[in-house]
Amino acid sequence: MTSQVDQSEAVDGPDGERRTGPASPRSGPQDGCGRAAKPIRRLDRVIIRFAGDSGDGMQLTGDRFTSETAAFGNDLSTLPNFPAEIRAPAGTLPGVSSFQLHFADHDILTPGDAPDVLVAMNPAALKANLPDLPAGAEIIVNTDEFTKRALAKVGYDRDPLTDGSLEAFRLHPVPLTSLTLEALKDSGLARKDAERAKNMFALGLLSWMYHRPTHGTELFLRQKFAKKPQIAEANVSAFRAGWNFGETTEDFAVSYEILPAKLPAGTYRNISGNLALSYGLVAAGERSGLPVFLGSYPITPASDILHELSKHKNFGVRTFQAEDEIAGIGAALGAAFGGALGVTTTSGPGVALKSETIGLAVSLELPLLVVDIQRGGPSTGLPTKTEQADLLQAMFGRNGEAPVPIVAPATPAECFDAVLDAARIALTYRTPVFLLSDGYLANGSEPWKIPDIDELPDLRVEFATEPNGPDGTFRPYQRDPHTLARPWAVPGTPGLEHRIGGIEKQDGTGNISYDPANHDFMVRTRQAKIDGIEVPDVEVDDPSGEARVLVLGWGSTYGPIAAAVRRVRADGGQVAQAHLRNLNPFPANLGTVLRRYERVIVPEMNLGQLALLLRAKYLVDAQSYNQVRGLPFKAAQLADVLHAAIGTLDAEATR
Amino acid sequence: MTDFPALRLVPKADGPQTAKDFKTDQEVRWCPGCGDYAILAAVQSFMPELGIRRENTVFVSGIGCSSRFPYYMNTYGMHSIHGRAPAIATGLAASRPDLSVWVVTGDGDALSIGGNHLIHALRRNVNLKILLFNNRIYGLTKGQYSPTSEVGKITKSTPMGSLDAPFNPLSLAIGAEASFVARTIDSDRQHLQSVLRAAAQHEGTALVEIYQNCNIFNDGAFEILKEPGTRDEAIVRLEHGQPVLVGADRHVVRGPDGELRIAPLGEGTALVHDAHASSPATAFALTRLADADTLHHTPIGVLRDVRRDVYDVQMADQLALAEEQKGRGELAGLLTGSSTWTVAE
Repeated sequence: MTSQVDQSEAVDGPDGERRTGPASPRSGPQDGCGRAAKPIRRLDRVIIRFAGDSGDGMQLTGDRFTSETAAFGNDLSTLPNFPAEIRAPAGTLPGVSSFQLHFADHDILTPGDAPDVLVAMNPAALKANLPDLPAGAEIIVNTDEFTKRALAKVGYDRDPLTDGSLEAFRLHPVPLTSLTLEALKDSGLARKDAERAKNMFALGLLSWMYHRPTHGTELFLRQKFAKKPQIAEANVSAFRAGWNFGETTEDFAVSYEILPAKLPAGTYRNISGNLALSYGLVAAGERSGLPVFLGSYPITPASDILHELSKHKNFGVRTFQAEDEIAGIGAALGAAFGGALGVTTTSGPGVALKSETIGLAVSLELPLLVVDIQRGGPSTGLPTKTEQADLLQAMFGRNGEAPVPIVAPATPAECFDAVLDAARIALTYRTPVFLLSDGYLANGSEPWKIPDIDELPDLRVEFATEPNGPDGTFRPYQRDPHTLARPWAVPGTPGLEHRIGGIEKQDGTGNISYDPANHDFMVRTRQAKIDGIEVPDVEVDDPSGEARVLVLGWGSTYGPIAAAVRRVRADGGQVAQAHLRNLNPFPANLGTVLRRYERVIVPEMNLGQLALLLRAKYLVDAQSYNQVRGLPFKAAQLADVLHAAIGTLDAEATR
Repeated sequence: MTDFPALRLVPKADGPQTAKDFKTDQEVRWCPGCGDYAILAAVQSFMPELGIRRENTVFVSGIGCSSRFPYYMNTYGMHSIHGRAPAIATGLAASRPDLSVWVVTGDGDALSIGGNHLIHALRRNVNLKILLFNNRIYGLTKGQYSPTSEVGKITKSTPMGSLDAPFNPLSLAIGAEASFVARTIDSDRQHLQSVLRAAAQHEGTALVEIYQNCNIFNDGAFEILKEPGTRDEAIVRLEHGQPVLVGADRHVVRGPDGELRIAPLGEGTALVHDAHASSPATAFALTRLADADTLHHTPIGVLRDVRRDVYDVQMADQLALAEEQKGRGELAGLLTGSSTWTVAE
């Protein structure tokens, strides 16, 4: 199978088959650590999963390994996965927290379907993650935690490390805790504190296995614990001890090399979706010349944006932690009335609370960004897991006819561009705009080619300064004939004093009006304004031009869908792919694109929300493939779906 | 000329203004005889006194009869949604220190659906002036009891009498850490304007409760405070530094248990009103002075007026400090961060 595949398409090929690089002994000093002559095997990609208790520091460990990998220049994609509880009961299955990282010497699209390496800090972490491991995967376990009591807690009758049940895997039993304690015996730390550094021991070991640069992690630890130098040094010591353990112990016979990826030329950094989104907001403020005002209420998985923006007051960014979701958007809308770039950030439950104010913004026709980092629902649902089931809420979740544009980024780094596009729409058309990200994009990360700021879109706006009506009056609802946007006259502008509100307004004057014909006109005009928003055509990737099946997605399913498409094509299948960034309005060519294919498959992490819209608007028989497990699709799974769709058409053709 | 320190960042008017400057061409649509007319006239004739530009004044309201108010003020204005005016005004005031921002609300709007926003605006002490028109009834929805209606109120929704105990808006405000709390009456223009003046001078959030008559659904609710025969006995006028008198022959004293009580003149020492007392205890006790059922001995005037850090001023200070410490933000530097790698052509 892999022999048919060229390098660029092999990325998500079946696990294990590509890891056949030559094993070549090589000595290479790295960061001052002397390297014995252990063989080095070259791989094109690896998927690692760190798993442990919520309190074991797995997210930090994963983050550090990711930073080292980014600094090394591999392409990467990450999937943090953690429970909503901050510290679930120790050693239990619900308390397991994990971080998966996929890195490669070429461009990749997903955090990977199945780990090649699992680091399990305790029996719960092993048990919870074992079903995801393919045969032949490496497992590094912390044997110190495999006590009778800990095993019993997760329902192991026998010790899986010794009962032969792990024979299909390459098991590395390592007493991580006691090795860490031994390394720190002279640190002066109490046993409990010293033990906490075991995640850094594990990181050191993995860093040795995969030739990661270590300087950044040491620097990071010394900065993080700047006020506790003893803790900082202990963590650095544990980290180095882990490295040296890999270097010297016979259990780890080989180490692996994954060359830097050949990405397009440029300067890169690693970035998560929420960070990219936050930077997008700062950039939108700079490019529009408007002060950013964020009104927000803490909610997972959106709070990081509030945290990040609150660091950037020197950009004139105001952040307001409101008393509730409604006040968050209310304050943002009030600031928008005053001429700010108003923003509110939340997740699905927060959107539900903000609905009435979004409707007010539709009626006031003021620019406003509503950022929804979707999570599993309904109600509280799965706060830390991903889903894309708020599409219809964003589309229709208000009283009356209240159309709101929707923009959805496809990858973590794309969150940056999506904000700029959402801001363009909001400012040009004077409307609230939804930005639909999700938990997977928010917390996942990938390399980002840092943009040249001079090439970012110009978002400058012109406030109204002069009367526009007869006799020097100001008509707040006299529209721009092209965009149908109304003038934005901010308080402080003499002669343009006006009153606006949620009651229906007379066209032009904005005065209260209950006139039937006027209401009909205003409802249709507000809809026409949104329908007329300029959005780019959807691009179709159909290299042969002969595909009969189109797979269409939106939002964070891009990675798994694109990886699945590569697999299908690698197998000789013909499939076209398109991905929607603008969901309201849809791109003008979407209907034509849909009708060009005999079968349209729409994978979504909901029960078919985009498919419903497509069927209603275009009368096409779009077929849903749905999953709501709180996790992204796996590429292999989607490839099967596409193969099946192609197969069905072929079978029909031969019948 | 009164000094308004709270308005020092608001541009001054070019010349003198009159009440007429603040009237709009919109037909006022309250019921004939509504107390809102008197309040509107009092506010319109008071605004010129501030000496600030009309275009730098904003009235924000929620929903209810009182919330139509912005349509009749020739300033910038927003008639928003039920209960949310304090939140919307907070965002506006916090981002625009050059504006004078007023909130107009009612007892249902501010105390029921918007109760959360009211208490948080008060504790934050944003530079907002909140005028709470209290008529102890829902007017716009045609006569249901409100959170300030007396227990046992017979209304369309409570044919056998309302069951829930009412809020005392001023007790609530003081409990919510309000830095300025006052009460006045729609029909007493002179008093109403004196309270508006004090509120406008105050730096931070000012809550002004205005007893307002709804002549359709709750007519005469405050009659005892208005009738020439009863009002002098029923109203307790508070003035800073003055003894608190009740009618012609009584005054407020502190009893042996520390509680405030009403006693004949000559019995005990009159309480001298201190609106600036740092402890809210006596002001709170004054909010409880009135008989909740009959409104006998209802204090009006400024109950509390203390200086406290103002949210929007501090927010602006933090921005200035951040810029002073880190320099004006530079986008390219932010996007690049500290950890990058370069891929060559």
